[in-house]
Amino acid sequence: MKRSLGLLCWRGLIAALYAFLLAPLVVVLVVSFDTRPYLRFPPEHLSLGSYTAVLHNTAFLHAGLFSILVGGAAAAVSLAVGTGAAFALADKAFPGRTAIQAMFFSPMVVPHIVLAVGLMMTLQPLGLLDTLSGLVIAHVGITLPYVVRIVLSGLKNLDPACEEAARLHGATPWQAFWRVTLPGLRTTLVAAGLIAFLFSFDEAVIVLFIAGHRATTLPLAIYHYIQFKTDPQVAALSVLVVLASMIPVVIIERGINIRRALTG
Amino acid sequence: MSESMQAHPRWLRGLLLAPGLLALAVTFILPLIWLGRVSVLPRSGDGVSLPGFTLQAYQHVLGDGFYWWVLWKTVWLGILTAALAVPMAFPIALFLARTTTRWRGVLAALAIAPLLTSTVIRTYGWMVILGRHGMINDMLLWSGLLTMPVRLDNGTLATVIALTEILMPYAIISILSNLGRLNIEIEQAAALLGATPLQVFRRVILPLLLPGLMTAALLVFVLAVSSLVTPQLMGGGRVFVLATEIFNETTVSLNWQIAGALSILLLLLFGGVISVYQRILSRMEEQF
Repeated sequence: MKRSLGLLCWRGLIAALYAFLLAPLVVVLVVSFDTRPYLRFPPEHLSLGSYTAVLHNTAFLHAGLFSILVGGAAAAVSLAVGTGAAFALADKAFPGRTAIQAMFFSPMVVPHIVLAVGLMMTLQPLGLLDTLSGLVIAHVGITLPYVVRIVLSGLKNLDPACEEAARLHGATPWQAFWRVTLPGLRTTLVAAGLIAFLFSFDEAVIVLFIAGHRATTLPLAIYHYIQFKTDPQVAALSVLVVLASMIPVVIIERGINIRRALTG
Repeated sequence: MSESMQAHPRWLRGLLLAPGLLALAVTFILPLIWLGRVSVLPRSGDGVSLPGFTLQAYQHVLGDGFYWWVLWKTVWLGILTAALAVPMAFPIALFLARTTTRWRGVLAALAIAPLLTSTVIRTYGWMVILGRHGMINDMLLWSGLLTMPVRLDNGTLATVIALTEILMPYAIISILSNLGRLNIEIEQAAALLGATPLQVFRRVILPLLLPGLMTAALLVFVLAVSSLVTPQLMGGGRVFVLATEIFNETTVSLNWQIAGALSILLLLLFGGVISVYQRILSRMEEQF
């Protein structure tokens, strides 16, 4: 009797904590079906009006496309240069490997706001503030360490016997790499690219410093919008963004363990 | 045989590392060096940076009581958020590690999914909940407990609540990855030897998990003290932390020297907290 009461309390606690954790997302979902131009909870009538409004809001659409462009470019650059670095770092010990690896991981322990100020001061004299290239440079900086780490752990999980077998059967190192190692890494590379894309897509601190009216990403557009207005339109947009981000998450989960990838 | 195949020749290693190192230099190392450089440049009367070297910005920041107050507020916000987020994340992590329900995958995803949702969107969610015409005020008014809406948003409390929720998934992940140390057989053994559930928790579970809990607290602390979006939006310009001050100096006051000095200060705070944490952790490992 006492035991079941304890279990009930424990389950209640877990449910309450989940409720707190998911509260903002659930509230945003409910508000997105509201019809009034200002925010009230709960909504009076349910409608899809806010969703229609968002899809006709060219500012949001442009920002969304721009975010996809920045995220895609940053992920591509990070993946290209990061994969090479991971291959070199996965190799047998060489002088300076620990130091170089620490250097690649170091952006993860520097607060984004500090990096943002540094980037702003560097990009401004180069005339790269509020441009696509400036944003891609900034986002490569924050996504590169994650790509290196994910590909590195993917390489460590790879069975070296496969490559050896290919070599023993007469494959050149080059053939063994293209035909055996790279295909074995496919899920890891897809996951690394998608994580880089998601991090760039969601990034909201650095863009506040280096983006402006010409080069506006979606988080920045939402930020500016909710500073002055809090109508259901932005809730509908948020729901769409969350749903869209779920697609890469599901793909990644099938390939690698997200928790592992993020915490190492 | 495998030795010769595994080790890359030097030229290949250089070729593989070079693009990555170049990208790292351009996107990370150079901006940080430049940040330090700008913070020690003299500044003319109309705000233009001049060539030279001066520690004026640092003297200004360290000599002004306001910035010390901001630093204190920043540390306080970090401590408060960590003190709330870690105890709240702990039961969820314990539950996820133990549960055998077939919903485990879904529940784990729900605990971590918020991490992959933009901070801006989650802060907006809290604005809807805590706002002047938000959910809580509406409920209190409707129930008759209030006759006038109270201000729940725009303040430190709202910022801490939102940050706690936003950073909880990090704590959950960090504790979960340490729960592997915990073996259910150890607990059962303790229970068989006559320990009450509370004793098992205090004497067995907690000491084993302390390093994981501390890592979670550190992670939440450093993420909280460097957060900008949530204090800016929830604080409504009334929450002063290092991050919001840095933002103001760069975008409103346009004083890059002060912004640079404050950024270096935040970086030092980071380094200090992380090294203290490592010292405590190594001392704890010695004890066990």
